Amino acid sequence: MSMSGVVLVLVETEPDGMSTLSLEAVTFARGVAETGGAEVHGLVIGDLPAGGAAELASHGVAVAHQALDARLADYCAAAWASCVVDAVLQLRPAVALAPASPRGNEVMAHVAARLDLRMAANVTEVLSARLGRTDTGDAQLLVHRQVMGGAVLEESDLVGSPALFTMAGHAVEHTPAASPAACTVQPLTPASLSDADLVARVRRSVPVASSGKDLSRARVVVGGGRGVGGPDQFDELVALAERLGGTLGVSRVVTSLGWRPHHEQVGQTGSRITPDVYLACGISGAIQHWAGCSSSKTIIAVNTDPEAPMVTKAHYAVIGDLHQVVPAINAELESRHQH
Amino acid sequence: MSNVLVCIKRVPASSGQVLLTDDVMSVDARHVGHTLSPHEECAIEAAVQIAGDTGGAATVLTLGPDSAVDQLREALAVGASSAVHLHTPETGEPGSADEYGPADVAEAIASVVRRRAEGGEPFDLVVLGNDAADTGDFQVGVRLAHLLGRPVVTGARSLSVAGDVVTVIGDGPGGTEEFELPLPCVVTVKEGDISPRYPSIPGRLKAKKAPVEAIDAPPAAQGTARRRLVLPPEQPSTVQVLGTDKDATSAAAAVVDVLRTIGVVAR
Repeated sequence: MSMSGVVLVLVETEPDGMSTLSLEAVTFARGVAETGGAEVHGLVIGDLPAGGAAELASHGVAVAHQALDARLADYCAAAWASCVVDAVLQLRPAVALAPASPRGNEVMAHVAARLDLRMAANVTEVLSARLGRTDTGDAQLLVHRQVMGGAVLEESDLVGSPALFTMAGHAVEHTPAASPAACTVQPLTPASLSDADLVARVRRSVPVASSGKDLSRARVVVGGGRGVGGPDQFDELVALAERLGGTLGVSRVVTSLGWRPHHEQVGQTGSRITPDVYLACGISGAIQHWAGCSSSKTIIAVNTDPEAPMVTKAHYAVIGDLHQVVPAINAELESRHQH
Repeated sequence: MSNVLVCIKRVPASSGQVLLTDDVMSVDARHVGHTLSPHEECAIEAAVQIAGDTGGAATVLTLGPDSAVDQLREALAVGASSAVHLHTPETGEPGSADEYGPADVAEAIASVVRRRAEGGEPFDLVVLGNDAADTGDFQVGVRLAHLLGRPVVTGARSLSVAGDVVTVIGDGPGGTEEFELPLPCVVTVKEGDISPRYPSIPGRLKAKKAPVEAIDAPPAAQGTARRRLVLPPEQPSTVQVLGTDKDATSAAAAVVDVLRTIGVVAR
């Protein structure tokens, strides 16, 4: 079966626009599409937020295929996968990708299982791509993908019709296309969607309390690790986070010890953060923690150990006890605020 | 009564620097040792709790070399009552676990589930970790569910069984999400809300004697398509030390200057 010149991106929406990871995935897709003279198409399941089509257009999406069906009202990975399969059958894209969000990874896993194709999760880079017609009609990619929490890259072949993968968060910065595309919105009929696909749907959802700040979207994160010393010693860190309009994050050992709740964990098994600044206090910087914070724009480490990975990898550091340094920072901020 | 199969993986422990084998095809874990993949302690706990609550039994399974029995014994020590070892050669030898892609692992697990069902001892619920800390494919649970024709939910923070229904709670982009699945089904678990119990001394003694069914893992039909592993280039440290706690005030002032330059603090 011959392939069209299409790179298909499954995008996710938020109330106020397309998700940042989705715009990154579209940017990433443009890079892949350019290697083969292909177009980028988007797949949206459900409503498009106001301005969503314009955002996709400015990022280079030629066509947005939109699946609208009452049965899709509640999130369901198998149902979303069914829509991706319908889009694949209709468009015959050379490549189909999603951002490596929890939803993106699970939906693409379903797609791979259904189409009996390989799926490469957490791809950071496409080293080479042959999207044109080959003897077998497959797209052939060579990719780097994250293993060991991102500490190691796996170089692997990805062959398929289409080639399926998810893009590692922040593999690229999202940038508008050189010239905006049309982004015509076309309806996609979810013809393959069956009752069996809807069994594992969300039955009830409880929105997160507005006071609970979303770590993964925080612009400022103040982090505390084992060096904090105990559950009742986080006050100055919490105060600093509040002063800076940020959110408290913690390392895995802090949650394992039960000092702070799991939803504050930054790391491979917690949240991946992308703040403008990450103030990492008393955190040694184990690989699985680095997997969660390596995309921070500026890292300031406070640690007694100048050789700690968190310190050597940081942009700035203060060597010393956080219980002296953090109160001093709070005091300095207070005094500058007064003047 | 729910019989539960929990699938676990022996992975290299990672805290500091990762080393690769000479052929750059695997992680060299000789100096750091191995551990259970992080989400799986919670998966084991969920399996043991559900088996206990429903009067069923929890069986633990792994695909790996001889040494993977260590991880099976950890699960047996906290309440799994039996184990299945899909045995593979050692890392570096042909046919090792590193050569199994997610489709192969799913097929191997499916073969055990099917065999048990044919033998009249079906697993109502199969629980796995959300993703393995080393390979990070995020696929085995979903592929297994497709092979078995079962519904699946991934990323569960907690789960419980009442009658024939599994209630699963997970995180969505906007908040908490709740699912209900009919048995038989597959659930993958993320650490967070389930607190794994610690093994007791009697538990550890029991684990040494618990039955482990050892089977040669079926060969990997698909493989991984891995060409090699690459360590990201070691970046030399460019950290600027702003001060020490010997003069915390001055260090703090330098930090706030940086925050102002970035724009986090107003001028």
